[in-house]
Amino acid sequence: MNRYWNEYQKAIADDRFFYERSCIRQTFFPGSETAFLKIMKEELGKDVFDDFRQHTCTGIGYHADVVPMETTMTVVARLFSLMTEHGYENYVPSCVTSFGVFTEMIHMWQEHPELLEKTRENLYKATGREFEIPKNLVHPSDLVYKFRFDLAARMKYRLVNRFTGRPLRVVEHIGCHYAKIFPDKGVGKAEFPYVLAGMIEAWGGEVVDYPERRHCCGFGFRQYLVQENRGYSISNTKKKLESMEPYEPDFIVTNCPGCTLFLDRWQYTIAEMEHKTYDREGYGIPVLTYEEMTGLLLGYNPWELGLQIHQVQCERLLDKIGIPYDPKQKYNAADGRILRAPEKPDNLLV
Amino acid sequence: MKKVAIIGAGPAGIEAASALARMGVAVNLYEKSETPLKNLQDKALLFPNFQAAQEVADELAGKLLTDGVSTVYGTDITELKWLGTEWKLFDAKGQTYVADAVIVASGYQVFDAHRKEELGYGIYKGVITSLEMESMIKHGRILNASGDEPRNITFLQCVGSRDEKSGNNYCSKLCCVTAVKQAIEVRKQLPKCEISVFYMDLRMWGQGFEEMYRTAQEKYGINFIRGRISEAAGTFDSRIQLKSEDTLMGLPLKMTSDLLVLMVGMEPSCGTRSIGVSCDICGDYGFIRTISPHLYDNETGRPGLFAAGTCKRPMSVWDSINDARSAAVTVKEYLDQQG
Repeated sequence: MNRYWNEYQKAIADDRFFYERSCIRQTFFPGSETAFLKIMKEELGKDVFDDFRQHTCTGIGYHADVVPMETTMTVVARLFSLMTEHGYENYVPSCVTSFGVFTEMIHMWQEHPELLEKTRENLYKATGREFEIPKNLVHPSDLVYKFRFDLAARMKYRLVNRFTGRPLRVVEHIGCHYAKIFPDKGVGKAEFPYVLAGMIEAWGGEVVDYPERRHCCGFGFRQYLVQENRGYSISNTKKKLESMEPYEPDFIVTNCPGCTLFLDRWQYTIAEMEHKTYDREGYGIPVLTYEEMTGLLLGYNPWELGLQIHQVQCERLLDKIGIPYDPKQKYNAADGRILRAPEKPDNLLV
Repeated sequence: MKKVAIIGAGPAGIEAASALARMGVAVNLYEKSETPLKNLQDKALLFPNFQAAQEVADELAGKLLTDGVSTVYGTDITELKWLGTEWKLFDAKGQTYVADAVIVASGYQVFDAHRKEELGYGIYKGVITSLEMESMIKHGRILNASGDEPRNITFLQCVGSRDEKSGNNYCSKLCCVTAVKQAIEVRKQLPKCEISVFYMDLRMWGQGFEEMYRTAQEKYGINFIRGRISEAAGTFDSRIQLKSEDTLMGLPLKMTSDLLVLMVGMEPSCGTRSIGVSCDICGDYGFIRTISPHLYDNETGRPGLFAAGTCKRPMSVWDSINDARSAAVTVKEYLDQQG
């Protein structure tokens, strides 16, 4: 390991966190946040508070230039006021974009105290609320990274191919807003981020270092939010997938909602457009969130983790690791009702 | 008899020692390594006349035999203290020495390329420094990461120089011409190899440099591209994928190379830094500060304390030697004034 990487660590609190959920993760990967809370509370015995009154951080609107910064600051301040009200000092936003927004707002308040005063005033006038800046702002992936060895001791499975005995080859991809805006806020900084790589290595896997490792996942906000730009979005994802293909990765893991979504869903689109898939058999490369990866290794039910919601299906990966699953339960609702299975794509095998 | 201590047995230290001894001054030359001229002996050929570095080193080493020069190797002087009439020198082992005057000639070290991790040094075998390329040229064995003859080699200028991220905003002055020299040497040894040099601007400041740059293009077919490499990444076949922008064409650029040579800049050596701090003569970026670059470029402003060579700033070998001669004269004048 490059000896300088050891210097790229960050302060991560040990306990008592205020958790903020993500707008889009709850839709796209509904089991991930629930899994995170279960991991923190039940596996690690940590105090994590989940307030039902929380709301957007404005991140997507802010980066799309439809929400002015003053508004974002005030909205962020309200979220912090919930944390303050409950007596917490450590803030953990589920979404990487939220993490970036909070980091940026705190940085601006530190550089321009007059903005902080103005935000306090705006929040008080609008809601009568007051807030403190968190003492420790971390992303949930930082916490899973910090406790990776404690979790490893509790895991039922490892990132090892049970048929060959070889480590699984894992592509890791961090969200831009995790470490590319403020590199020193990410474990391992921006060039060779270690937050996900550290989990993979600790749990028996092998990190794939491929040429386009740092390239954009394909989301990039304006590349996708502006419909005319979506060609840029898919071409970026394609570039990454082509670059990782020769290494035959077993799966991709990310810590950002946009990255998970686009690396997963565009595989379907590319298969439809070009009849191209990025594994030998035509099933595509599964894309997991780090909570899903952690939950699987801890022995959580894959369907309760929500893996059936992904575009690229995970059964072949589960078979490699040796995780049991019941195919009949795959499309059952939580109350046991049998839901309609989705249509199968024409080109991507499921 | 007055005694002068010189710290560092590089070109500047040796030249100053020899010049002072010839003027009848007793000199103790302290060197932290076990041999002199280490940086110079790492080099193959010197620009702009492609003279063998070993020839220059041999001639300089011969000057150590001058009567009156006494060498003390394996002694790392880390601190100096002015006692009112003389200087006391402390080495890393706790030994002390005294002298009427001191010339700091503790030199430079090359930038540690690990610090530019986006360029992959220490991570990918195909990424090497200019120092390692110099060694390959010297030994006539230019090989890629797989041990084969490379089909293409890319040089990147300004690694650790003119770079805010690494904290070195200054120009290291010698990397531009070194890359041109190395590119020509590679072409001579590997006629079929495709060679590219990425640069911000080429600073051909010395006599014969501009001509060498032109020759590199016209005679040797070296490809010069204006742009910085933003990222180097290993490929499946152990080559290096590079991303840049050709700023003359205004186009993004992605290419693959067998070897990426990082032209590492010059930084003050550890000894230069520690002496600079201990004597309060630490200038910008840790180099030794002198009174004035125009009229008093060997004087530090402290009585009997002088500086010569690359401990002050990046310099060529000949600049260091000339500067050392100037320092020797200045020290002799100082000693004469002291009676």
